[in-house]
Amino acid sequence: MEPRAVTAPSPAALWRPRWRYEPAHLALYAALLLVVGVLVVLPIASVLRGALVDSGGFTLAHVARFFYTPLYLESLRNSLYAGLGATLLASLLALPAAFLLGRYQFRGQAVLVTWLTVPLVIPPFVGAIGLNQALGRAGALTLFLEDRLGVQFVAAEGLRGVILAHALHYFPFILLTVTNALANVDPSLEEAAKVAGARGVRLLWRVTLPLVAPAYAAGAILVFVRSTDDLGTPLILNVKNMLGPQAYFRITTIAREDPDGYAISIVMLALALVAVLLATRLGQRREVATLQTGARASGRPLRGWGPWLLLAYSVLVGFLGLLPHLGVVLMSVSRVWSLTYLPTGYTLDHYAEILFRAPQFVLNTLLYSATAAAVAVAVAVGVAYLQHRGRVPAPGLLDFAATAPIAVPGVVLGIGFLRVFDRWTVPWLGVPLTALWLIFPMLYVARRLPYAVRATSAAMAQVHPTLEEAAAVCGARRWRTFRRVVLPLVLGGAVAAGVLVFVTAAVEFSATVLLISRVEQSPLSYGIYLYAQSPRGRGAAAALGTVAVVLVAVGTYLANRIGGRRPALTW
Amino acid sequence: MRRPVVETVSEERVLAVEVELDRLTKRFGATAAVYGLSLSVGRGEFFTLLGPSGCGKTTTLRIVAGLVEPDNGRVLFDGKDVTRLPPWDRNLGMVFQNYALWPHMTVFDNVAFGLVERRVPKAEVRRRVAEALDKVGLTGMEGRFPSQLSGGQQQRVALARALVVRPGLLLLDEPFSNLDAKLRVQMRAELARLQRDLGITTLYVTHDQEEALVLSDRIAVLDSGRLVQAGTPRELYENPRDVFVADFLGGANLLPGVVVRRGSAEVEVQVGDARVIAPVEGEAAPGQPVWLSVRPEHLELSFGDAGGLRGTVVATDYLGWTLQAEVALADGTRLQVRGLDPSTPLRPGQPVSLRIRSERARVFPRRS
Repeated sequence: MEPRAVTAPSPAALWRPRWRYEPAHLALYAALLLVVGVLVVLPIASVLRGALVDSGGFTLAHVARFFYTPLYLESLRNSLYAGLGATLLASLLALPAAFLLGRYQFRGQAVLVTWLTVPLVIPPFVGAIGLNQALGRAGALTLFLEDRLGVQFVAAEGLRGVILAHALHYFPFILLTVTNALANVDPSLEEAAKVAGARGVRLLWRVTLPLVAPAYAAGAILVFVRSTDDLGTPLILNVKNMLGPQAYFRITTIAREDPDGYAISIVMLALALVAVLLATRLGQRREVATLQTGARASGRPLRGWGPWLLLAYSVLVGFLGLLPHLGVVLMSVSRVWSLTYLPTGYTLDHYAEILFRAPQFVLNTLLYSATAAAVAVAVAVGVAYLQHRGRVPAPGLLDFAATAPIAVPGVVLGIGFLRVFDRWTVPWLGVPLTALWLIFPMLYVARRLPYAVRATSAAMAQVHPTLEEAAAVCGARRWRTFRRVVLPLVLGGAVAAGVLVFVTAAVEFSATVLLISRVEQSPLSYGIYLYAQSPRGRGAAAALGTVAVVLVAVGTYLANRIGGRRPALTW
Repeated sequence: MRRPVVETVSEERVLAVEVELDRLTKRFGATAAVYGLSLSVGRGEFFTLLGPSGCGKTTTLRIVAGLVEPDNGRVLFDGKDVTRLPPWDRNLGMVFQNYALWPHMTVFDNVAFGLVERRVPKAEVRRRVAEALDKVGLTGMEGRFPSQLSGGQQQRVALARALVVRPGLLLLDEPFSNLDAKLRVQMRAELARLQRDLGITTLYVTHDQEEALVLSDRIAVLDSGRLVQAGTPRELYENPRDVFVADFLGGANLLPGVVVRRGSAEVEVQVGDARVIAPVEGEAAPGQPVWLSVRPEHLELSFGDAGGLRGTVVATDYLGWTLQAEVALADGTRLQVRGLDPSTPLRPGQPVSLRIRSERARVFPRRS
């Protein structure tokens, strides 16, 4: 191919610039800006306003009060402690396995990868219920330790429980990024080091680890962000003095307009923002280390005791990761399970409860998630198209706004939704928008739009502009070109993203919990929380949790099949 | 909404258009990709835009396609101004450098695309797609996807897709640059045959001078967005207008010299310690510095000191059917010699002398 000295015209410069901007594009742009503005910008702005503005105008008094209030400071400390603890523990669980999977080649490797990513299919607050059955105060393993070894140690309790639940759920993030990075490190980089005389530990320390470090850091930051974002696990484990629970309680039990709630939100927002920006920076650095030559280091066979030790450790981690699932599933079919290793009686009553007596949780979830997925995909296709081809002013603005929620904790977005839409009265019905079920799909669209946009935009970037030019030359007008060429080419990525939106919306809790006004409208995630409040309801909570796990597992499988790539699993 | 597209012809031969480019200018930022370019392409003519990277040939083609709008100037099809007409209303066929086959469509759907856009009835679509695939030798491949085809086959699909709509004008943007050398020659011959059979006006963009010489009725050589010279391959090769054309088309040894004497249609030029009489057109006053341009095949090589330019063999390229050599003169000037008998026993370091076939040399002005 011949390099061109003259810059090739960008696709946006095509076709009749009689106007600088394309009217049809402008109309779509305006519509999407409106949607994203209402669903994303307004709620975030409202939270900022609640924290930084009072009757006297701009003020830092509320934020300052946060740092003078011992309870809030303790919450901040606890949140940081839990986040960092979960990250550290997750690293300990993931790194040995990542090294094994990224550097060695052995039979059953694919099985081990799948097994070690299974923890991702269980939402952490559901996992917490199962974990409680295994390692809680009356958990099977706790009892076992006490009976047989005389050790009194409750692992899944309080902050320690939160850390454990999060580490067991999120460690695959680190595992996947590091394994991938290890496998993608250009072999010539290590070969060059070997030729230069470095080997063994020195090679690992001076070349391999620095190359993989950015990927590890990105995975670790993701664990930290998700962990501090999660409200469900602390609530299930009854830990109240953390940032999320504090914000939730201030807004729902003290007052809708309580400025402290917004001040806490701002602190959470700042934390998440710093972490996401850091991850983005690292992500840019990461690309330097992997070359797109397609050359991959061929894995070494398992030889010597080192790798076998790693394998044994990985299998142990695999079993640990299954504890929450086992706990939940067993709990969901147990009649009585108290102070014994295993249930003393089995029943399907809990499933009858959630499927026949109170089916609304599951039905609501299906309705909300499907609606959210459809809307998110439609919006994402529009945003991605305008970003890559749009003849509109500042196409990046829309993309930026649509991906902004990635740095907004669920609690904060929920609080923003509550503050904005509680004041919007629906015409004819005379009730606030927050009283309608529509508020949930709206919330899920806002919260998951970044993933849909990222995936669709990536698919759009793969569509070479000449494919559209060829269609134009063949006689297709813009709309026909979009329908016959662009849409079919991005649809795979968009639908895969839609399935993921569906799945993640189905188990969303952190923001959902703020918008529950009537139990009949609540989705599955809130149902789990509700049932879990009473000891008698735990079985039904576990049954709902099992349904959630099945939904997530099936959805993830489908998204993988459609998208053809391992999508980022994040909720 | 949709303007009815006029079916150009119903029989096999298409109604080719005449193309005129009138003072086209297109700037990208501060650089002019095309500057004041005027050309006309006759009905059914195979016309090539030739030039190095960045000379503006692709931009010119894209302006003709309607994919880029010029800042100034007009594009005329059969005398009708189409400058503002969008590509879908120009009735074109175009083959892109990367083929631009739609990966989600089969070969059939790729080829049928333009017919579907033209609301051609289904039965006729099937007939014409079959016909087009037959023309490019791909019958039976209808159900394949582009990813299941070789580079050459993809190229043929792209050509069939361009031809099936019976366009008035066929545009080709370096269509063979992604093929290997052997396939390129084969496809070149097939394209020439198809173009002749269909009598379709063809605008062809390439930086490959051999392709241009073989295929074209006429060639326009472009440099920095400007037209340098247009003419038949023979005209351009034998009478290049300047050093650029001479060197780009066929290659040329440039020897600095000074005019000694001017005749009616020839000049005598002092080159080193040799004097050469070469034909000339235009200005060439005695004392004027000039380039003497000599094609590598117009140098006769003999061993030892046989008069003419004396030099030493620096390198030889043995190509089997022919032999080429690089010869360094005493002042360091290096000359390419082509078309030697491959059995010539030539070694680097050997002293040789070169005689210029001066009747084939050209003289161009040189800024001293």
